[in-house]
Amino acid sequence: MHPAPSIIFFSTMTGAGYGLLGLLGVSAPFELLANDPQFGLSAVVVALLLITAGLLSSTFHLGRPERAWRALSQWRSSWLSREGVLALLTYIPAIIFVLEWIILERTGTTQRIAGIATTVLCAATVFTTSMIYASLKPVAAWNNYWVPPVYLCLASMSGMTLYIALLAWFDRYSLWATALTASIIIITALFKLKYWLYIDVAPAASSTESATGLGRFGKARLLQSPHTESNYLMKEMGFVIARRHAVKLRRLALWSGFILPLILILLSVAADHLLRSLGLTLAALLMLSGILTERWLFFAEAKHTVMLYY
Amino acid sequence: MTSLPAVTGKKLGLVTDLDTCVGCHACATSCKEWNTSGYSAPLTDTDPYGVEPSGVWFNRVHSFETTNELGESITVNFPKSCLHCDDAPCVTVCPTGASYKREKDGIVLVNPDTCIGCKLCSWACPYGAREYDTDEGIMKKCTLCVDKIYNPNLPAHSRVPACVTACPTGARSFGDLGDPESGVSKLVASRQGFDLMPEQGCSPVNKYLPPRPRSQAQDQRPVQLSPQVTSSDNAILKWLDKALSR
Repeated sequence: MHPAPSIIFFSTMTGAGYGLLGLLGVSAPFELLANDPQFGLSAVVVALLLITAGLLSSTFHLGRPERAWRALSQWRSSWLSREGVLALLTYIPAIIFVLEWIILERTGTTQRIAGIATTVLCAATVFTTSMIYASLKPVAAWNNYWVPPVYLCLASMSGMTLYIALLAWFDRYSLWATALTASIIIITALFKLKYWLYIDVAPAASSTESATGLGRFGKARLLQSPHTESNYLMKEMGFVIARRHAVKLRRLALWSGFILPLILILLSVAADHLLRSLGLTLAALLMLSGILTERWLFFAEAKHTVMLYY
Repeated sequence: MTSLPAVTGKKLGLVTDLDTCVGCHACATSCKEWNTSGYSAPLTDTDPYGVEPSGVWFNRVHSFETTNELGESITVNFPKSCLHCDDAPCVTVCPTGASYKREKDGIVLVNPDTCIGCKLCSWACPYGAREYDTDEGIMKKCTLCVDKIYNPNLPAHSRVPACVTACPTGARSFGDLGDPESGVSKLVASRQGFDLMPEQGCSPVNKYLPPRPRSQAQDQRPVQLSPQVTSSDNAILKWLDKALSR
């Protein structure tokens, strides 16, 4: 599948944004929130900026972005529509939560309910994003049970890393949050590795023989393509560059998305305030670049059944 | 809503005979000709006379070769257009409702006024029946010539899709595949018509008829000539070969 930059940026950035916002929301009922309006404001601004930038980026993928509002109408059948609806709905409890926590500086029931609602909607939005891909049967690398957990894990992993980086800047570094981040990174890496192992060996549902119905006559191969140049289908569904470099790119994604951030996070335990803040920020940025690579591969490695005809 | 209709009154579709198709591309070009001025007009071309011509086509003719264990092969010309599936995934994934399947006759269409060009329908279709018009920023697809088959200005025999009109060998038939008594349904039954990729679960309406078995019996086949000996230990022949190869 063609890796469109607008979509890769969209799901990576909204993932991190919803991860961070969801973590802030769930911290409220357990009273884990640093009672620091400045930290709160910065964290919420970072989260909402990531989410909003990501959502706006996704409209660049549209041929008619001015009609994007129409995508909110078909939530009964379409995962893309559900994603749009939930993405917008998330803003409502998020704004109430922010009002209660930062502006009014209250820690009552309203803040807790709004916080939990924000977290639930954040998770639901990331889940619907993953289901846009996981529901597509012609793409075997997407149509499997590993895709939603990987998306949810990557979102919480990048959100958590941003969370502890911000905590460090506001001198509210916490060891338990750091330990939690490290374990989420390890769990996410295991899920992602399992996904790669799965797509490497998963048998394809369809073949050139079933696509043409000519299997009864033996092995089928394309003799002549319909035209000399490539068409929309081949450009959109027939991306092959990444498969040649898949191993190298996977290694790159693993190092910058998981291993290096994990090392930086573990080193930050012993560092002083400034070094720790810088180190954790670097970890978050490295991680985002690693997830961008991972997301690029998610598209580029995925084969579509239409290419059986080419 | 882009949910699919539970049942459609008719199941209009095409039956393509892979036995008689000669791969002349007449169906593809006449499809382009009709549709570039019809419901989906225009079928935009980019760089049509340049180095990398590309454009919107609803119908394309591929050619496949099959080879069995005995090394016998056949060549099959393979026209492919939208199969107007009963369980069309391109319809249910549409976030705007621009993609829809008609309750009346089962034709799958795109509303050009509400499509946002997100391309998700083209990802959801296992057959590659969806086209993106880069100029207009919307998706387009085979309409089964909806503006031809119901057109009262045309003589009755012309009210069939353009590809059917154009086919010089009669390899394409059009009709109601939901009615077991229709001509196309009977044709499918008598020739063991089949679905493309049934495992994808789309229940395509369009059917394909397999190439008929070749008539020659096993022992009547031409004997394959044994290959000529090209290298030899004979010194004179070796010398001759060398001299002539200079």
